[in-house]
Amino acid sequence: MKITYIAADGTETEVNAREGDSVMQAAIANDIDGIIGECGGSMMCATCHCYVDDAWVEKTGPQHDGESDMLDCAASEVKPTSRLSCQIKLTEELDGLVVHLPEAQI
Amino acid sequence: MDRILIVGAGQGGFQAAASLRQEGFAGEIVLFGEEPGLPYQRPPLSKAYMADGDADRLLLKPASFYERSTITYRPEVRIGAIDRAAREVVTAAGERLGYDHLILATGARNFRPPIPGQEADGVLELRTLADAVRIRARLAETRHAIVIGGGFIGLEFAAMARAAGVGVTVLEAAPRLMGRALSPAMSEFFLAAHREMGTEVLLGAAARRIEAEGGKVSGVDTADVRVVPGDLVLIATGIRPNVELAEAAGLHVDNGIVVDESLLTSDPAISALGDAASFPLPEGGRARLESVQAAVDHARHIAKRLLRGESAPYAAVPWFWSDQGKLKLQIAGLGTAADESQDVPQPEGAKMVLLYRQGRLIAAETVNAPGQHMAARRLIGAPRSALEAAGYDLKAALRQGAA
Repeated sequence: MKITYIAADGTETEVNAREGDSVMQAAIANDIDGIIGECGGSMMCATCHCYVDDAWVEKTGPQHDGESDMLDCAASEVKPTSRLSCQIKLTEELDGLVVHLPEAQI
Repeated sequence: MDRILIVGAGQGGFQAAASLRQEGFAGEIVLFGEEPGLPYQRPPLSKAYMADGDADRLLLKPASFYERSTITYRPEVRIGAIDRAAREVVTAAGERLGYDHLILATGARNFRPPIPGQEADGVLELRTLADAVRIRARLAETRHAIVIGGGFIGLEFAAMARAAGVGVTVLEAAPRLMGRALSPAMSEFFLAAHREMGTEVLLGAAARRIEAEGGKVSGVDTADVRVVPGDLVLIATGIRPNVELAEAAGLHVDNGIVVDESLLTSDPAISALGDAASFPLPEGGRARLESVQAAVDHARHIAKRLLRGESAPYAAVPWFWSDQGKLKLQIAGLGTAADESQDVPQPEGAKMVLLYRQGRLIAAETVNAPGQHMAARRLIGAPRSALEAAGYDLKAALRQGAA
């Protein structure tokens, strides 16, 4: 399945991702700069912050418990579309997902 | 500066290499690791990896990262010596490589207490991916696992094994669980939680001998003369920092490689970080922390010093986590020097213990309360009175400007 990461400078990178991975894991596996994921997806940091593209917000669903608390500590502006990418699990219906990356993660 | 060498390719060594490039270092970076494969994360080995067995997910970065960042990664290379006079490292195979700066990220190894019988088949430990692969394969045919040591790793394993339907007994020699890291109130909470999960927890129970039948482990004889039967034994009795390389090179070593507030060793051409480094705390005293946070923040600090010439002392607030079953333990700060502990009532399923010294918050231990934890990271050092004014709701205290 495909995911497109759009960097803060507008650079788009489309990658092949594995179903079942998180959006963070797919970014790491495909060497995307702009997603750090320091804690490995344990919700201990906010270094995998992303903005879900407006067209996909409904499909990715709401923030999980505790996610907004972590996002309070994100390095970049938190918007209504902000998510921790480690908490978005890739399912078939997210094929084609587009996420935008913040300017900074730390 | 033309060449920086990094010894140790755990999360700290990896981060040092990545941060040096991020900070604009244009010279050569060589990262030495003793294990095979690309640098990976250790924390999931006792958690997510046990569930999914997917080693690819552990990688810190794929191979392409090292290529495009021109980081020379050299796996399966042990460094045998540092020739400080010549500013060279010497590999175990005798190869010499010069450095302008050397970063020691040698980490730690598991401590094996002198319990007889450890050579039996089925006696395992958990530190590396190879260890985790062995445990995972073995667990599928295990009926009852015995964990020696009730610390983070042992209890994470216990929770995971219980979830997989395996019987578990935890033997802890001390009177309480995770006693080196946690307040008594939090130890008590986890004791009840693990018993609730169906784990048998024996406190004050030292393992005297590992019993075997036909070469395979069959149980553990505890000091109170009860033999606990089991077909897998995990030894999880803490770690020892890898300081021998530094010590042999004449660097100052005392419970870790001793560094100053800028993370330099007693040789200004050598820095040290992570589990192996004993560093000064801003509030006085020293610490050697066994955590991802310290390894990563140390690495970033060293890179900034080397590239930007920043001389600010290292002062990051420590944080830790441990996932045990459905319980997410989070710790901000260091509570070992506390003179007062406060169990703050939380909603059902959550827990929070605040630790103070001389009326100021020095640490917060929380379970399933990420908002409180994140606020606590910014409230370390705040006076108790400011927290009291917010009803000990740390998020509210932060909003009210308690930090």
